[in-house]
Parts: sequence; structure tokens; C-alpha cells
Amino acid sequence: MIEKIENLTVPGPTVTPTTKPFWDAVARGEFILQNCCDCSKWVFYPRSHCPHCWSNQLEWVPASGKGKLKTWSVVHRPGHPAWGEVAPYTLGVVELKEGPTMLTHLLVEPNQELKIGLPLQVKPVKVNNVWLPFFENTEE
Amino acid sequence: MVRRQPKGAIIGIGELTPVRYSEGATTLGLIAESARLAIQDAGIVKGEIDGLLIGPQVGETPQHVPATVAEYLGLEPTMSNVVDLGGATGAGMIWRAAAAIEAGMCKTVLCVLANINEKGKTLRSPNRNPIREFDVPFGASGANTSYALLKQRHMAEYGSTQEEFALIAHWARKNAQLNPKAITYGKPASVEDVLKSPLIIDPLHLFEIVMPVAGGAAVIVTSVENAKRGVHSPVYLLGAGEKITHRAVSQAPSLENAPLSYAIPSALDQAGLTVHDMDLLSIYDCYTSVVAQTLENAGLCEPGRFGSWMKEHSFGHDGDWPLNTHGGQLGFGQADLAGGMSHVIEAVHQLRHEAELRQIPNARHALITGNGATLSEAAALILGVES
Repeated sequence: MIEKIENLTVPGPTVTPTTKPFWDAVARGEFILQNCCDCSKWVFYPRSHCPHCWSNQLEWVPASGKGKLKTWSVVHRPGHPAWGEVAPYTLGVVELKEGPTMLTHLLVEPNQELKIGLPLQVKPVKVNNVWLPFFENTEE
Repeated sequence: MVRRQPKGAIIGIGELTPVRYSEGATTLGLIAESARLAIQDAGIVKGEIDGLLIGPQVGETPQHVPATVAEYLGLEPTMSNVVDLGGATGAGMIWRAAAAIEAGMCKTVLCVLANINEKGKTLRSPNRNPIREFDVPFGASGANTSYALLKQRHMAEYGSTQEEFALIAHWARKNAQLNPKAITYGKPASVEDVLKSPLIIDPLHLFEIVMPVAGGAAVIVTSVENAKRGVHSPVYLLGAGEKITHRAVSQAPSLENAPLSYAIPSALDQAGLTVHDMDLLSIYDCYTSVVAQTLENAGLCEPGRFGSWMKEHSFGHDGDWPLNTHGGQLGFGQADLAGGMSHVIEAVHQLRHEAELRQIPNARHALITGNGATLSEAAALILGVES
């Protein structure tokens, strides 16, 4: 499955200077998030300003890379045709241990039973030459 | 509660019959035809329109949209704007029109939405924003994915079943059989038919997803005073509510508590009415699960309990809770943003008592909802007529 995903020609991230540190870290096998220097809250996706207090002082901090499954969907007919080659595949919304939520691709079998709260761990996967933070199921 | 003064009135409506594909048509052309039908219905001339609200025109006119539409229609509006709330755009236009009139900027507003649909041509978003950067690269393009994630959450959280969601699609198709303009006219679907339709994005079946069509819809809004001179009994705007909370489903503050749970009570409160005063529920239905969540957000049943509630009620024009009597968008078809306006237009038909075979007896009040993006752009209206 991962081998097939690596060779897809699909839309990659539209990286900006603000978000580049995140993607660079994923490519190094690290998972970092922004933390607000003023209100101490965690922020994802990366921003220029903290959405909680509008501070413009955000710093990059290594994060746990752990989270829990909030919801999921098995995609049979992808919205973008280039993903058709690996369908069906599973997407999920993960609630990161630090608080923010993110959408991700789950490295699970399409018939695997999933549930809210399933423990997940980040697992970088190379797609079309870009490393993306996919997630896999782990033991708690 | 005290019933408040109406804020404005709808005096004209125009709607194109949805067609699957519109080869050769332009969005501007469909806007013009929708607008022509609306002034004809209102019995006014074009020159009386001095306000213009329109939707975004992806692919055809990215900028200077009001000026382009005004030029095409030969209008010189003293108030114009793009309303960009996805499926909530139609409902969002109506109160904005009334507010602009109340502010003294114009007297009569054309609210118009239309969309072409050409075979094999899917418009790709030119977005360079967070949803494009942080959701799309994982294989999450398009609305189907977002609504599958929302429906799955409802099922996992509350134990709601596929049969319960299929019931919503069944009622939409059933009601559409009394509307010859509906794209599924002549094509009813049982609960079993819905469950047998292909699983597009688990847990969403094909019949639980709106069919994209070409079409258009226009509504003329004027002051309460002006409306009394109209050819139809005015349909009054009694209340409105609106809220937006996020764009991407991955960033939703809550997957259960949609902003409709603010917009609907706000609209009812403005009107001085309760949901039990409503004779029609004209509920935005791009997917079955949106109806489920809206019924819960409207307080008609406990969160997660829409299925058992629906089994106790009947949703045709002759039922105890008439719901989307035109077939909803699931039965009628979704001409992009104009699909949302179909819920306003059906309410006007019902409140004017001109809905023919599907007329609700003594219809006086209607709740209209709009929903855009990923259960994140919400608008609600209360429309009513004098008793």
C-alpha cells in the first residue's frame, strides 16, 4: 500500500514561509507544532498569529506525534481522480495530544474496525516526493 | 414570546427547472433568465431593482462580480455585494437584502444564484489556503469526504444507523414525486434502494448525496410597505440567524454542535415563534446527515435521536411535519448555490398556497436553513404570511 502511495501524482502541500518549518520537520522524521509564547496554547495548522489570543509570538516546539481518532471515512471514490489508484483508503480526523485537530491519512486496512478514541501515532510517508504526516494505530 | 415586526418581504421568485447538464449555457445567461422570471412573478419592471446580491462565480468571473452581473443585466444598483456562504448563501441573502433596505441604501433587491454544469468538466479549486495545504494532500478533496467524516462521527458517537439516514433520502425522493420540476421526478427510492446504491465514501451512499445539476433561482426582496402593493400576498421575513465557525472539517470546534444550533434558535427568537409554530421545515440537505443534524440542532429531538424521532412522524405535505416538500435538494437536484435557494422558493410557494398537489393545508410559517462548507456556514430564516 505505502509503495503504491509513494508513486501517486497527486496535489501536494502548497507550502508558505510560515508553514515550511512544519513540512521540513516531517521530512526529517520529526513532528513539531507551534506553541503560543503569550497564552501557551498549541496551534495547528501553522499560522502567523495565535487564533486563541492573536499574539504574533509563536514558537516551534517538538510535539508528541500522538493523538486519538475523532472520526474517519473509507474513501471509495476520491474527490481527486489521481487518488483513485489506491482507493479504497481511510482518512481520519485526529485530535492531537496537545489539543489541536488535524486531517490525516490512516495506515489501516480498509476493513479494520475503527472507533472514536483509537490511539494513533504519526508515521511520515513519502507521497509524490513530499513527506506527509500519516498516522497509524499504536498501543496506548 | 411576542411576535415581532416583519423585517422585509419577498414579492417575487423565479426558478429554472434543474437539468443534469447545460451545454453551451453561461452562468450569466442563467442568472438573467432566473431574474426575468422573478420580476415577471413580482409584477414589477427591471427599473425598480436598485439592489443586487449574487454569489461567487468560480471559474467564470472571479472578481468584479457585482459589476459584471449588473452590466449584463443592465442594472445600476445602489447596493450590491457577493454573498459567499456556500449552501447558506441563499438564506443569507434574504436578510442582507432586508437589512440593506432598512439602512436606506436601496428599495428592492434582486437576490440571484445560478450555475452551469457541463459533462466531464469538474472545476478544480484554485485555492492556496490552509484547507488546500493541510487537508487535500492526504486525499481529502471535495465535500463528500467532509460529510462522510461528519456522518461517521454521528454513527460512532450515537449509534445512529444506515437505515435511519436512508429514511431521509427516501422522504426526499417521495416528496419529489409531487414536483414535476424535480430531477428525481418519476424516480422514487425506498430505504432499501438507498442502502443498495453504491457506497461512494463510506458511510455515504450515492442516493444520500445531492446530484449536481444546472439551474438558477432568484428572489425579489422589498420593504414591508412596498410589498403591500405587490401582485401576490407578501411573504414576510420574520427572523434570521447566522453563524460561521470554521472552514475545514478537520478544524471544526465540534463535530456534533453545528453553528445551526445557534442560527435556528436566533431566527425563531427574532420572529417570536418556536419550532412548533412551523408548518414547513425547509431544511438544507446536501447530504442525509445534514438533515439529521439540523433536526437535532432545531431542538425537535435529543442529540443523536433523529432516527427514532423520524419513525414517529410523517414528512409529506399532508404529514405532521412537512419537510422539504419540493423534494429537498436530494430530490430536486443541486444547482450549486442555487440549490440552497430552492428551500426559500419552496417556502414562498407553500406560504402563498400555490404549491398545487403538494400544498400544505393552512401553511403560515416556514423554517428555512442553509448550510455551507463543512457544517460550518449556517443561516436560518423564518418566513411567514398574515393570518
